[in-house]
Amino acid sequence: MTSPAPDTPKVTPEALAAMRNDMLRFATLQLRDSHLAEDMVQDTMITALNKAEQFGGRSSVKTWVFAILRNNVLDAIKQRSRTVNAGDYIAEGESMDSAFDTLFKANEHWTPAARPTDWGDPEDALREQQFWKVFDACLTRLPENTARVFMMREFLELDSNEICETLSISMSNCHVILHRARNGLRRCLESNWFAEGASAC
Amino acid sequence: MLSCKETSQLISQAQDRELGIVERMQLELHLAMCKGCSNLRKQMDFLRGAIRRYPSTADDDTPVDR
Repeated sequence: MTSPAPDTPKVTPEALAAMRNDMLRFATLQLRDSHLAEDMVQDTMITALNKAEQFGGRSSVKTWVFAILRNNVLDAIKQRSRTVNAGDYIAEGESMDSAFDTLFKANEHWTPAARPTDWGDPEDALREQQFWKVFDACLTRLPENTARVFMMREFLELDSNEICETLSISMSNCHVILHRARNGLRRCLESNWFAEGASAC
Repeated sequence: MLSCKETSQLISQAQDRELGIVERMQLELHLAMCKGCSNLRKQMDFLRGAIRRYPSTADDDTPVDR
Protein backbone atom coordinates (compact mmCIF):
# COMPACT_ATOMS: atom_id res chain seq x y z
CA MET A 1 0.00 0.00 0.00
CA THR A 2 1.41 3.35 -0.99
CA SER A 3 0.27 6.73 0.11
CA PRO A 4 2.00 9.95 -0.86
CA ALA A 5 4.78 10.87 1.50
CA PRO A 6 3.56 13.59 3.82
CA ASP A 7 6.45 15.85 2.81
CA THR A 8 5.81 15.71 -0.96
CA PRO A 9 5.97 19.36 -2.03
CA LYS A 10 2.85 20.91 -3.50
CA VAL A 11 2.20 23.95 -5.67
CA THR A 12 0.40 26.18 -3.21
CA PRO A 13 -0.23 29.94 -3.19
CA GLU A 14 2.16 30.14 -0.23
CA ALA A 15 4.93 28.31 -2.10
CA LEU A 16 4.47 30.65 -5.06
CA ALA A 17 4.44 33.74 -2.88
CA ALA A 18 7.73 32.65 -1.34
CA MET A 19 9.45 32.59 -4.71
CA ARG A 20 7.78 35.68 -6.12
CA ASN A 21 10.77 37.95 -5.53
CA ASP A 22 13.13 35.52 -7.21
CA MET A 23 10.82 35.26 -10.22
CA LEU A 24 10.59 39.03 -10.42
CA ARG A 25 14.33 39.44 -10.27
CA PHE A 26 14.84 36.86 -12.99
CA ALA A 27 12.15 38.29 -15.30
CA THR A 28 13.29 41.89 -14.81
CA LEU A 29 16.87 41.00 -15.61
CA GLN A 30 15.81 39.25 -18.80
CA LEU A 31 13.26 41.79 -20.00
CA ARG A 32 14.65 45.06 -18.64
CA ASP A 33 11.06 46.20 -18.11
CA SER A 34 9.77 46.01 -14.56
CA HIS A 35 6.08 46.42 -15.50
CA LEU A 36 6.22 43.67 -18.07
CA ALA A 37 8.15 41.50 -15.60
CA GLU A 38 5.49 42.12 -12.95
CA ASP A 39 2.68 41.08 -15.31
CA MET A 40 4.61 38.04 -16.41
CA VAL A 41 5.22 36.83 -12.86
CA GLN A 42 1.53 37.31 -12.11
CA ASP A 43 0.56 35.25 -15.17
CA THR A 44 3.09 32.59 -14.27
CA MET A 45 1.66 32.25 -10.77
CA ILE A 46 -1.88 31.90 -12.12
CA THR A 47 -0.79 29.32 -14.70
CA ALA A 48 1.12 27.39 -12.03
CA LEU A 49 -1.94 27.27 -9.75
CA ASN A 50 -4.22 26.19 -12.59
CA LYS A 51 -1.85 23.39 -13.51
CA ALA A 52 -0.95 22.53 -9.93
CA GLU A 53 -2.22 18.95 -10.16
CA GLN A 54 0.09 18.32 -13.13
CA PHE A 55 3.08 18.84 -10.87
CA GLY A 56 4.42 15.34 -10.31
CA GLY A 57 7.01 16.05 -7.66
CA ARG A 58 9.83 14.79 -9.89
CA SER A 59 11.52 18.18 -9.72
CA SER A 60 11.29 20.82 -7.04
CA VAL A 61 8.33 23.18 -7.12
CA LYS A 62 10.71 26.00 -7.92
CA THR A 63 12.24 24.26 -10.93
CA TRP A 64 8.75 23.47 -12.21
CA VAL A 65 7.48 27.03 -11.78
CA PHE A 66 10.61 28.50 -13.34
CA ALA A 67 10.11 26.32 -16.41
CA ILE A 68 6.75 28.07 -16.91
CA LEU A 69 8.35 31.46 -16.32
CA ARG A 70 11.15 30.74 -18.80
CA ASN A 71 8.61 29.90 -21.50
CA ASN A 72 6.75 33.13 -20.84
CA VAL A 73 9.98 35.13 -20.94
CA LEU A 74 10.97 33.45 -24.19
CA ASP A 75 7.61 34.29 -25.79
CA ALA A 76 8.03 37.93 -24.81
CA ILE A 77 11.57 37.98 -26.22
CA LYS A 78 10.34 36.52 -29.50
CA GLN A 79 7.68 39.20 -29.76
CA ARG A 80 10.08 41.98 -29.00
CA SER A 81 12.82 40.74 -31.32
CA ARG A 82 10.55 41.26 -34.33
CA THR A 83 11.27 44.96 -34.10
CA VAL A 84 15.06 44.50 -33.99
CA ASN A 85 17.09 43.89 -37.16
CA ALA A 86 20.61 42.62 -37.68
CA GLY A 87 21.91 46.17 -38.20
CA ASP A 88 20.86 47.10 -34.66
CA TYR A 89 23.11 44.40 -33.22
CA ILE A 90 26.05 45.56 -35.28
CA ALA A 91 25.56 49.23 -34.41
CA GLU A 92 25.15 48.46 -30.73
CA GLY A 93 28.32 46.39 -30.68
CA GLU A 94 30.61 48.92 -32.29
CA SER A 95 31.64 50.58 -29.06
CA MET A 96 32.14 47.17 -27.43
CA ASP A 97 34.31 46.11 -30.35
CA SER A 98 36.52 49.17 -30.14
CA ALA A 99 36.83 48.68 -26.37
CA PHE A 100 37.84 45.07 -27.08
CA ASP A 101 40.41 46.16 -29.68
CA THR A 102 42.20 48.35 -27.15
CA LEU A 103 43.04 45.21 -25.14
CA PHE A 104 45.49 44.09 -27.81
CA LYS A 105 48.78 45.23 -29.22
CA ALA A 106 49.25 45.63 -32.98
CA ASN A 107 50.19 41.92 -33.23
CA GLU A 108 46.86 40.96 -31.59
CA HIS A 109 48.42 39.75 -28.36
CA TRP A 110 47.26 41.09 -24.97
CA THR A 111 48.67 44.38 -23.78
CA PRO A 112 50.29 43.84 -20.35
CA ALA A 113 47.51 45.78 -18.61
CA ALA A 114 44.70 43.87 -20.32
CA ARG A 115 46.03 40.35 -19.94
CA PRO A 116 43.29 38.28 -18.24
CA THR A 117 44.27 37.62 -14.65
CA ASP A 118 44.06 34.52 -12.50
CA TRP A 119 40.82 34.72 -10.47
CA GLY A 120 42.07 32.16 -7.96
CA ASP A 121 39.14 30.21 -6.52
CA PRO A 122 36.24 32.20 -8.01
CA GLU A 123 33.71 29.59 -6.80
CA ASP A 124 33.93 31.13 -3.34
CA ALA A 125 32.32 34.30 -4.68
CA LEU A 126 29.14 32.44 -5.61
CA ARG A 127 28.21 32.14 -1.96
CA GLU A 128 28.37 35.88 -1.38
CA GLN A 129 25.33 38.07 -1.86
CA GLN A 130 27.49 41.06 -2.72
CA PHE A 131 29.04 39.18 -5.65
CA TRP A 132 25.60 38.66 -7.19
CA LYS A 133 24.82 42.36 -6.90
CA VAL A 134 27.98 43.13 -8.87
CA PHE A 135 27.08 40.35 -11.30
CA ASP A 136 23.59 41.80 -11.92
CA ALA A 137 25.02 45.29 -12.34
CA CYS A 138 27.52 43.99 -14.89
CA LEU A 139 24.78 42.17 -16.82
CA THR A 140 22.63 45.28 -16.82
CA ARG A 141 25.54 47.29 -18.17
CA LEU A 142 25.64 45.20 -21.37
CA PRO A 143 23.80 46.84 -24.28
CA GLU A 144 20.21 45.62 -24.50
CA ASN A 145 20.26 43.47 -27.64
CA THR A 146 23.66 42.00 -26.83
CA ALA A 147 22.41 41.10 -23.38
CA ARG A 148 19.27 39.50 -24.80
CA VAL A 149 21.27 37.10 -26.99
CA PHE A 150 23.52 36.23 -24.05
CA MET A 151 20.57 35.63 -21.74
CA MET A 152 18.89 33.37 -24.29
CA ARG A 153 22.07 31.32 -24.50
CA GLU A 154 23.03 31.18 -20.82
CA PHE A 155 19.86 31.67 -18.76
CA LEU A 156 17.27 30.17 -21.09
CA GLU A 157 19.83 27.62 -22.33
CA LEU A 158 18.85 27.74 -26.00
CA ASP A 159 21.46 26.53 -28.47
CA SER A 160 22.90 28.98 -30.96
CA ASN A 161 20.84 27.55 -33.84
CA GLU A 162 17.61 28.30 -32.02
CA ILE A 163 18.80 31.79 -31.17
CA CYS A 164 19.74 32.53 -34.80
CA GLU A 165 16.37 31.35 -36.01
CA THR A 166 14.37 33.14 -33.36
CA LEU A 167 16.15 36.46 -33.87
CA SER A 168 16.79 36.06 -37.63
CA ILE A 169 20.52 36.67 -37.34
CA SER A 170 23.33 34.67 -38.93
CA MET A 171 25.30 32.10 -36.95
CA SER A 172 28.49 34.13 -37.28
CA ASN A 173 26.71 37.24 -35.99
CA CYS A 174 25.43 35.21 -33.11
CA HIS A 175 28.96 34.09 -32.22
CA VAL A 176 30.26 37.65 -32.44
CA ILE A 177 27.50 38.92 -30.15
CA LEU A 178 28.03 36.14 -27.58
CA HIS A 179 31.77 36.78 -27.56
CA ARG A 180 31.18 40.50 -26.98
CA ALA A 181 28.80 39.76 -24.13
CA ARG A 182 31.11 37.27 -22.38
CA ASN A 183 34.05 39.56 -22.77
CA GLY A 184 32.12 42.59 -21.50
CA LEU A 185 30.85 40.65 -18.52
CA ARG A 186 34.21 39.17 -17.55
CA ARG A 187 35.95 42.55 -17.89
CA CYS A 188 33.32 44.13 -15.66
CA LEU A 189 33.69 41.38 -13.03
CA GLU A 190 37.45 41.58 -13.25
CA SER A 191 37.53 45.28 -12.44
CA ASN A 192 34.63 45.33 -9.95
CA TRP A 193 35.09 42.10 -8.07
CA PHE A 194 38.25 40.14 -8.81
CA ALA A 195 40.69 43.03 -8.97
CA GLU A 196 42.74 43.25 -5.81
CA GLY A 197 40.89 45.35 -3.29
CA ALA A 198 37.78 45.75 -5.45
CA SER A 199 35.73 43.51 -3.19
CA ALA A 200 36.73 45.24 0.01
CA CYS A 201 33.53 47.02 0.90
CA MET B 1 49.79 30.28 -34.80
CA LEU B 2 46.68 31.91 -33.39
CA SER B 3 46.78 35.43 -31.98
CA CYS B 4 45.30 36.09 -28.53
CA LYS B 5 42.43 37.92 -30.20
CA GLU B 6 41.55 34.91 -32.35
CA THR B 7 41.99 32.63 -29.34
CA SER B 8 39.52 34.70 -27.34
CA GLN B 9 36.93 34.25 -30.08
CA LEU B 10 37.54 30.50 -30.27
CA ILE B 11 37.28 30.09 -26.49
CA SER B 12 33.89 31.75 -26.63
CA GLN B 13 32.74 29.77 -29.68
CA ALA B 14 33.74 26.52 -28.00
CA GLN B 15 30.84 27.19 -25.60
CA ASP B 16 28.39 27.41 -28.50
CA ARG B 17 29.51 24.96 -31.16
CA GLU B 18 31.76 21.94 -31.60
CA LEU B 19 35.18 23.12 -32.76
CA GLY B 20 36.88 21.28 -35.63
CA ILE B 21 39.94 19.17 -34.96
CA VAL B 22 42.33 21.73 -36.43
CA GLU B 23 40.73 24.51 -34.39
CA ARG B 24 41.01 22.43 -31.23
CA MET B 25 44.69 21.71 -31.84
CA GLN B 26 45.47 25.34 -32.57
CA LEU B 27 43.56 26.40 -29.48
CA GLU B 28 45.25 23.93 -27.13
CA LEU B 29 48.68 24.77 -28.53
CA HIS B 30 48.11 28.46 -27.91
CA LEU B 31 46.68 27.89 -24.42
CA ALA B 32 49.66 25.77 -23.44
CA MET B 33 51.95 28.68 -24.14
CA CYS B 34 49.87 31.69 -23.14
CA LYS B 35 48.99 32.36 -19.50
CA GLY B 36 46.66 35.25 -20.36
CA CYS B 37 44.51 33.12 -22.66
CA SER B 38 44.47 30.16 -20.30
CA ASN B 39 43.23 32.54 -17.57
CA LEU B 40 40.64 33.77 -20.04
CA ARG B 41 39.34 30.25 -20.64
CA LYS B 42 39.03 29.68 -16.89
CA GLN B 43 37.17 32.97 -16.56
CA MET B 44 34.72 32.09 -19.32
CA ASP B 45 34.16 28.60 -17.87
CA PHE B 46 33.50 30.25 -14.53
CA LEU B 47 30.93 32.62 -16.09
CA ARG B 48 28.95 29.76 -17.52
CA GLY B 49 29.05 27.82 -14.27
CA ALA B 50 28.10 30.91 -12.26
CA ILE B 51 24.94 31.49 -14.30
CA ARG B 52 23.91 27.86 -13.79
CA ARG B 53 23.99 28.66 -10.08
CA TYR B 54 22.32 32.04 -10.30
CA PRO B 55 20.70 32.38 -6.86
CA SER B 56 17.17 33.28 -7.92
CA THR B 57 16.86 30.23 -10.11
CA ALA B 58 18.97 27.73 -8.22
CA ASP B 59 17.18 25.56 -5.70
CA ASP B 60 19.35 25.41 -2.67
CA ASP B 61 22.16 27.88 -2.99
CA THR B 62 21.41 30.67 -0.63
CA PRO B 63 24.17 33.24 -0.56
CA VAL B 64 24.95 34.78 2.77
CA ASP B 65 25.47 38.40 3.65
CA ARG B 66 28.96 39.19 4.68
